[in-house]
Amino acid sequence: MSAPLARSLRVVLYEGVGSRSIADADRFAMMTTLLQGGYAVTSVRTGSRTAPEGARTPIVVLGRFEHTPPREAESDSAAAPVFFRDIEGVDAPAIASIVESVHAEAGTRRPGGWKPWFPVIDFGRCTNCMQCLTFCLFDVYGVSPDKQIRVQNPSNCKTDCPACSRVCPEVAILFPKYKMGPINGDEVREEDIHREKMKVDISALLGGDIYAALRTRSQESKQRFARERDDKRALEERRRCLTKLQEQLDIPPEVLAALPSLDQIRAKTERAVAAAIQRQTPAGTEQQ
Amino acid sequence: MRAMNTQRRIVYCHCAYAQVVPADVKQDVLRRLTESGTSFDAVADLCEMAARRDPWLEGVACQGPTQIVACYPRAVKWLFSSAGAPLPEHGIRILNMRTEAAEAIAAALETAEDVDA
Repeated sequence: MSAPLARSLRVVLYEGVGSRSIADADRFAMMTTLLQGGYAVTSVRTGSRTAPEGARTPIVVLGRFEHTPPREAESDSAAAPVFFRDIEGVDAPAIASIVESVHAEAGTRRPGGWKPWFPVIDFGRCTNCMQCLTFCLFDVYGVSPDKQIRVQNPSNCKTDCPACSRVCPEVAILFPKYKMGPINGDEVREEDIHREKMKVDISALLGGDIYAALRTRSQESKQRFARERDDKRALEERRRCLTKLQEQLDIPPEVLAALPSLDQIRAKTERAVAAAIQRQTPAGTEQQ
Repeated sequence: MRAMNTQRRIVYCHCAYAQVVPADVKQDVLRRLTESGTSFDAVADLCEMAARRDPWLEGVACQGPTQIVACYPRAVKWLFSSAGAPLPEHGIRILNMRTEAAEAIAAALETAEDVDA
């Protein structure tokens, strides 16, 4: 999976050497506020290390310091400046404001703003069949230089759409925030595999040519309804057909409505593989 | 809460951007952690960190025994992998707040039992 690297601000709630402890209830409230705000927080209760080991991003250390906070922390990387803020007498809501101000000063990535919904491939099960790539309408998937399927554009994924996991014959695509197993990462059971195989039959319809199927069904309906001279009923029949598929697969209707033709998805796969090969350098490494 | 097993680093995921982890479980686990006297790392959302390949995940993957309190082990394992920070085969224990009660998770955190992902 590739996505732009971004520096985020890490928060350290420091109660080690040189900082007074925080009341349990206040600590819990502060942690909850910061986590809900999208920040990662390290709670340090012992020792004297204020910056997490191997820190590579800016850090703000919050504490009830007994003396003036140290000028330097353990971080030895210029890319990871360490800010200190005294929180004596500060409550949880005010903590958020303090961290926000440091965030602005450090120029770090603003947390949140996107529900992290994207597929995660279980390579213990994936057979690299590329059905997900051909099926996905949003170019979430790509192919690595060694022709391995990968999640290339996770932020392109349609929130709450698990469609690609439905077409995976090996139950190898997870959406950790999905409501049910095995798509949510729960163990794959024998009955899941059989159920998924049944879904593949449906996916053959979807991935193959849903338009043809719908056209056929619609045509039949139209002929019948034409005889009855009732276009409204024909439209209603088409709507029912789409709704049924949507309910069976838990796929957003707009995704179903935008499914490509068989020729289009074949061409898409060929383009992805060709692009992956083109990216490959003579030494077999990916160009940046 | 009794002292937790400090031989392992503890990483807690708040799953802040979805409602799939029962709110009472994650709040109770977080409360127990904050009252335990143990140092720990808490992240807003492991999925979000994995999507942007946060380099901090590499540190979790390579800095020794770790207990990750999040969701399904299969999901956590492949999330780390997708971020270019595959978890080692040994020394990682993943506790699932989607299926376990807070008491059970707290009890597991207190033990030194070695359960690999």
